[in-house]
Amino acid sequence: MKISGKCVKLGDHINTDLIISGKYKYRTQDIRELAKYVFEDLDPKLKDRLYGGSIIVAQKNFGCGSSREQAPRVLKAAGVNAVIAESFARIFFRNAVNVGLPVIISDKDFIRSVKEDETLTVDLSLGKVYALSSGQEASIKPYPDFMLKIIEAGGIAEYFKTFKRFPWENI
Amino acid sequence: MSTIVEKILAKSSGKNSVRAGEFVLSNVDVVFAHDGTALLAIESMQEIGIEKVFDANKVVFFIDHASPSPSPQISNIHSAMRKFAKKHGIRLYDVGSGICHQVLPEEGYVKPGSVIVGADSHTVTHGAFNAFATGVGSTDAAIAMSTGKLWFMVPESVKITVEGQFRDMVMSKDLVLHVLGEVKADGLTYKSVEYHGSCIDGLSVDSRMTIANMAVEMGAKCCPMELNSATEEWLKERVGSFRQVKADKNASYSDELYVDASKLEPLVAAPSNVDNVKSVREVEGVEVDQVFIGSCTNGRIEDIKVAVKILDGHHVKARCIVIPASRRIYYEALHAGYLDKLVKAGCIVGFPTCGPCIGAHMGLLGDGEVAVSTSNRNFIGRMGSSSSKIYLASPATAAASALEGKIVDPRKYGGGV
Repeated sequence: MKISGKCVKLGDHINTDLIISGKYKYRTQDIRELAKYVFEDLDPKLKDRLYGGSIIVAQKNFGCGSSREQAPRVLKAAGVNAVIAESFARIFFRNAVNVGLPVIISDKDFIRSVKEDETLTVDLSLGKVYALSSGQEASIKPYPDFMLKIIEAGGIAEYFKTFKRFPWENI
Repeated sequence: MSTIVEKILAKSSGKNSVRAGEFVLSNVDVVFAHDGTALLAIESMQEIGIEKVFDANKVVFFIDHASPSPSPQISNIHSAMRKFAKKHGIRLYDVGSGICHQVLPEEGYVKPGSVIVGADSHTVTHGAFNAFATGVGSTDAAIAMSTGKLWFMVPESVKITVEGQFRDMVMSKDLVLHVLGEVKADGLTYKSVEYHGSCIDGLSVDSRMTIANMAVEMGAKCCPMELNSATEEWLKERVGSFRQVKADKNASYSDELYVDASKLEPLVAAPSNVDNVKSVREVEGVEVDQVFIGSCTNGRIEDIKVAVKILDGHHVKARCIVIPASRRIYYEALHAGYLDKLVKAGCIVGFPTCGPCIGAHMGLLGDGEVAVSTSNRNFIGRMGSSSSKIYLASPATAAASALEGKIVDPRKYGGGV
């Protein structure tokens, strides 16, 4: 499975309140409507750069804070194809896998050196991420088998609909 | 050779023993969600196509995050939760009952050694009662609600030993802020935190819950604590018989930290990261517009009592919102005369709810406003405007700051907490 998108760089500790503020979470349940407010408290212009197929490249502890699953759902709806980070907060990581947003742990040096707006391609089968214009590549942390199956299916709901069972029944 | 979490997850997944790093499929004893997460969990069930509840006695809903409803949209979320609860015969704690993390143990749902999954990051709070309790998202909650099982990676454990006693007007919030300042906001990501030592053994149930509650701010997965006598007494009244799970003496920890409680002083987490920890002395004098005493972190009777001790007979200079974490606590504070004193001191006493902590209602901050809050997160925009600033502090520091309208060290109002 390959995922591509243009690079949008963010820093450390991007919390789920920043991704989608609690103020909006209660106004509507419509994820596409909520996506209009993505990262509003961080930078209201950021949403325009996410639109149309982006890959967020963040540093440490992406998705920390509240367990709100609206966060990865809103990112997907806003046009984010994947998030690459040095590390993720655990609830966000699980939520993203469940909703079919690939969350990828990669190398710190690669993350620091990729350029804004350059096209990135992640190859989950080969376990690599490539920055084509600057010619860089790095390894990504492999998923356990059952998690890869969820990501490849596009989320746990899609997996269950196809296979009528959950992929972790034999772990 | 096992840590608390290894023992609990081995038993709950039907294995003799498990080690950190292993994946397990665990049975779940209690699953809960609230008005910020339940509707998405219901929708996730529908999306997956398994709208059923594995055991109606083990699934609980709470209406606590925006409660009573401040808008028609939120009222609709509440209605959908009530409809689902009625259809599946599950218990729903409606408006006014209190915050999930307070009501769940009060109602006897939290047993030592049990596995508790909540669609809320502060589910780690229930570690104070020796449970493996962890926060998940709505889809994981939906899967746990319908199948009674969830996969976990067995976490590594970190041991934090706290010896000695707190000095006057130093509270467990100061201890947990100290640890947060040391390990930082991602220092314990994926880890199980075990607090041990004479200080922890001597703490009240209220104080222990505050410590476990904030484990998630360090990224931790859970915070299972061995019981002390206060907690055993508390549990006896609520869950009947139980057997706690203790760590083996030679259990393996990935890291250890030692804290001398007698050296701690009042601390704050300054804007806008939870690990931006400073002593109150460093920020003393910062003008404060609003003080919030409440939340699942510090809305318990001990917290209200220390606020009363500081505010009784005086009048606050900053807006001071006090919200007991549950109806039981509200009632206890009412009958002890605490609420009477707080109202006379100029505080606004609210009904049990998460309130302004999550920026849903009951006192949102305007542009540039400064708050001292006993809650757990000071992120940008968390309690309102993105230009407002939040200092996290203990109830003692919060009350003293309300009194003077600026951040002050509560030790000047000391004489025993």
